Amino acid sequence: MEYVNAFLVGGSICVIGQIIINKTKLTPANVLVLFVTLGAVLTAIGIYEPLVEFGGAGATVPIPGFGYSLVKGTFKAVKSDGILGAFTGGLTATAGGVTAAVFFGYLMAILFNPKTKP
Amino acid sequence: MSKNQANRNKSYEKYVNSKVPKPNILKNCLWAFFVGGIICTIGQVVHNLIESIYKYTHLDTSNITTLVMIFLGAFLTGIGVYDIIGKKAGAGSLIPITGFANSIVAPAMEFKREGYVMGVAAKMFSLAGPVLVYGISTSVIIGILYYIF
Repeated sequence: MEYVNAFLVGGSICVIGQIIINKTKLTPANVLVLFVTLGAVLTAIGIYEPLVEFGGAGATVPIPGFGYSLVKGTFKAVKSDGILGAFTGGLTATAGGVTAAVFFGYLMAILFNPKTKP
Repeated sequence: MSKNQANRNKSYEKYVNSKVPKPNILKNCLWAFFVGGIICTIGQVVHNLIESIYKYTHLDTSNITTLVMIFLGAFLTGIGVYDIIGKKAGAGSLIPITGFANSIVAPAMEFKREGYVMGVAAKMFSLAGPVLVYGISTSVIIGILYYIF
């Protein structure tokens, strides 16, 4: 059942993105930025957390999940460190993901070459 | 511009609009739903595997899952598989965190000939940079608001 929920929630988030790309003139880059911001805002007003509880990886693997982690980490840090937490909490919570993206991204770009397009 | 020409421009515009291929939204959405769903299900499988083998907390497990998904996205982009999926899947391969990894590796590989500093390292962030800028800035604003209220 966990897998079905993840499939449904993750698939639905992607469909929303697809509709935005097809119906508006927003580029994929715009959609990524929009979704991160949306994920952060929805977490702040308490809408995204129930979605994560229901969908598991279906809500954390899509890019709004990155916004979710940022805000969740920020809230936690603000509670313990005050205003400083607003500046440290987000990246502390997402340090693993950001570092992995930089390191693996660099590594793969060095190891492989782009396939020549036909 | 004469009235005649304005008319002609208008009718040409109509003609162009009728010839521009309409995206098949239903088909695109089905692909996005299917591929996006599968990627997230793989994420859930990874999550459950880690949780059953190691004694990490739930939050740590989510973090490790993100690491694994980013690695997979970067690797599949490197060997050229992810772009093939992406052609069909559209947002289904863009929105998951694997698409974020793809957006880093693809331009980095493409610009390798411009060198390892201004080519690979700088172009890595042509798409990921904006995501980080807006994501982090939003979280700081939300954090300050949360502190005040």
